[in-house]
Amino acid sequence: MTMPGFLQIILYLSVLLLLVKPLGAYMARVYQNEDVVLNRWGAALEHGCYRLCGVKPDHEMHWTEYAMAAMWLNFLGFLAVYALQRWQDVLPLNPQGLAAVSADSSFNTAVSFVTNTNWQGYGGESTMSYLTQMLGLSVQNFLSAASGMAVLVALIRGFNRRNTATIGNFWVDTLRSALYILLPLSLLLALVLVGQGVVQNFKPYQTVNLLQAASYDAPKLDADGKPVLAADGKPVTEATPLQQQTLALGPAASQIAIKQLGTNGGGFFNANSAHPYENPTPLANFLEMLAILLIPAALCYTFGVMIGDVRQGWVMLAAMTLVFVALVFCAAPAEQAGNPLLTPLGVDQAASAAQAGGNMEGKEVRFGVISSVLWSVATTAASNGSVNAMHDSFTPIGGMIPMWLMQLGEVIYGGVGSGLYGMIIYALIAVFLAGLMIGRTPEYLGKKVESFEVKMSAIVILVPPMMVLAGTAAALMVDVGKASIFNPGAHGFSEVLYAFSSAGNNNGSAFGGLSANTPFYNIALGLAMWFSRFWLMIPVLAIAGSFAAKKTTPFGPGTLATHTPLFVALLVGTVLLVGALTFVPALALGPVAEHLQMIAPR
Amino acid sequence: MLNTLKPAALMLLLLTVLTGVVYPLLVTGLAQVLFPEQANGSLLKNPDGTAAGSELIGQAFSEPKYFWSRPSATSPYAYNAGASSGSNLGPTNPALADAVSARVAALRAADPGNTQPVPVDLVTASASGLDPHISPAAAEYQAPRVARERGLSVEQVRDLVAAFTEQRQWQIFGEPRVNVLKLNLALDVLK
Repeated sequence: MTMPGFLQIILYLSVLLLLVKPLGAYMARVYQNEDVVLNRWGAALEHGCYRLCGVKPDHEMHWTEYAMAAMWLNFLGFLAVYALQRWQDVLPLNPQGLAAVSADSSFNTAVSFVTNTNWQGYGGESTMSYLTQMLGLSVQNFLSAASGMAVLVALIRGFNRRNTATIGNFWVDTLRSALYILLPLSLLLALVLVGQGVVQNFKPYQTVNLLQAASYDAPKLDADGKPVLAADGKPVTEATPLQQQTLALGPAASQIAIKQLGTNGGGFFNANSAHPYENPTPLANFLEMLAILLIPAALCYTFGVMIGDVRQGWVMLAAMTLVFVALVFCAAPAEQAGNPLLTPLGVDQAASAAQAGGNMEGKEVRFGVISSVLWSVATTAASNGSVNAMHDSFTPIGGMIPMWLMQLGEVIYGGVGSGLYGMIIYALIAVFLAGLMIGRTPEYLGKKVESFEVKMSAIVILVPPMMVLAGTAAALMVDVGKASIFNPGAHGFSEVLYAFSSAGNNNGSAFGGLSANTPFYNIALGLAMWFSRFWLMIPVLAIAGSFAAKKTTPFGPGTLATHTPLFVALLVGTVLLVGALTFVPALALGPVAEHLQMIAPR
Repeated sequence: MLNTLKPAALMLLLLTVLTGVVYPLLVTGLAQVLFPEQANGSLLKNPDGTAAGSELIGQAFSEPKYFWSRPSATSPYAYNAGASSGSNLGPTNPALADAVSARVAALRAADPGNTQPVPVDLVTASASGLDPHISPAAAEYQAPRVARERGLSVEQVRDLVAAFTEQRQWQIFGEPRVNVLKLNLALDVLK
């Protein structure tokens, strides 16, 4: 790895970790309803919202009511996004006159954005009107993120409370997340990004003259506008002059800011964060990448403050950071080494002062290898899923690391809220395993972990792998599943495994060669996204309710301390063990097999 | 079960107005005042005031007198800025090796004397298909060809490349790069 590349990674980690405490402390104050600068201005707006919606902010909810509120908000959001896509052709703010989106694609995209996944079977600039992007997709970027944060806060309250039936008010937690955390940060980031070159306007696409005119082979059309077919059934093409370029524009910056901050990841344009209008400069890239992990990392500190023991938060952050750093340094050398199959063709892949070198297929020159690898690891560690390079063209090992990070269940920082509540579930599993070893009732943060919580935790741990493995197996057994595969051999298997790993863990990134905009994949991946989001959220809320109803057990001589380096090791071990045992066989068939093929002497 | 339906509907409506209307309009308003050039696509202007393309979006070049951009996998033609896309070719896909071989051959055909290995970014497709940059190595590889085709000295062309080489932003972020469209526009002014 090059020295500048190494320094960029260190700088990234340093800035991220330095921001954890201030932002984490701020968010704790927001959720504990303490005085912060913004609610002095925002209180009137916040309470106005409650009045308009008929919400009593001091009404305490049982976990079932809390879950029902979350489900309704998300389900209605799903309907809204679906409807906007289906009718965008007759709605305003559609300067390109884009057609209504097909039913199966609209279903997939609506589920995708409501579940904080942002899997995209469509190309943004050629599919979605400005209205659909801002009124449908942007809004869900905020709401799905805020819902995740609310559920985390409810779980934390479960630890804090005793002998009570309630875990807080969903509307208050959601609105405060949006109003005092997501909106101000997004506004700030959006403006900085525009300064770097991200577009933000409502103009029709701009046409410019090319410096060098060219021509290309376009399908020949008959008088009815249908393609002319040759005798062998292939379309006839004819050379067509090309003198102009059409630049796709739109209100991108406002959506990109929340796309990163809310671990959503859905691109405004098809190429996502590789598109120069979404991610124009290396500085923009650094800030967007920082935004991916910012809130999930800072929430660890928020957690520590809210349960009254910040050490517990640092333990979570330490476990996540350890895995993250280790995997960055696995992926970076693999990509920097380049593709050995290209060297004999007369290609120079060595890094030097004049080029970044390495595997540059599907990467941008302004980012080079290191900023692309670091992004790929960050975006899959968090359940963000935006990409600034095409993961499908990564080397086998470089592509396996992002895939495995998703398969770990999106708990290495993870999604906003959902990452930490997933990690807390892993902590319950870890104390349960430790309890089995020493023969004591496991406890975590003063709550006995009993059969109900372990059962719920097992659901949380098992649903995503089931979606991933069963989904991949099913897709490979039917012709419509296999027909979408783009690359041959082991890599084609990886494409399908990656797709279900992404949907089944609410990430949203893709091995983009897979033609996923088909009824089969739109429906199969849509269902995987829906179940993986809400069949995790509901058991987590059930655990919150169950803990809130328990008394608090004082820390005794038989209690496993959960604020020590030993517990960090135990937690990391649990996450990796579950992830490895579940997915190593599948990974062996895909990336591992392809890696061996690639390095084999020929 | 239904007692949460009404607040859910109203909350969705309210947050839609707040995050889907007020927020993007506020960003647009501020962006158009603070950064009008960038917010509208960072367009380059011809001397007559018409748009010559965007500083951020690459264009395809195939004539030997121009510096060539990176290969682009957009369809139906390269550098289609209305449909960004990478190739998504996997590293062991034979189609990737075939495409790279053909690009190496095309570069060598345009510059028969040059037998150096080709910098990797010049023969691999970018992620967006719109990459405006090539590496300084890829510019240096092409400099003798461009100089010969234009009847300039190699030093003149190298000086121009150096003038259009951007270093790492703030000395640390990203990689050094050369903006191909800006460089070619400047070449046309030179000769």
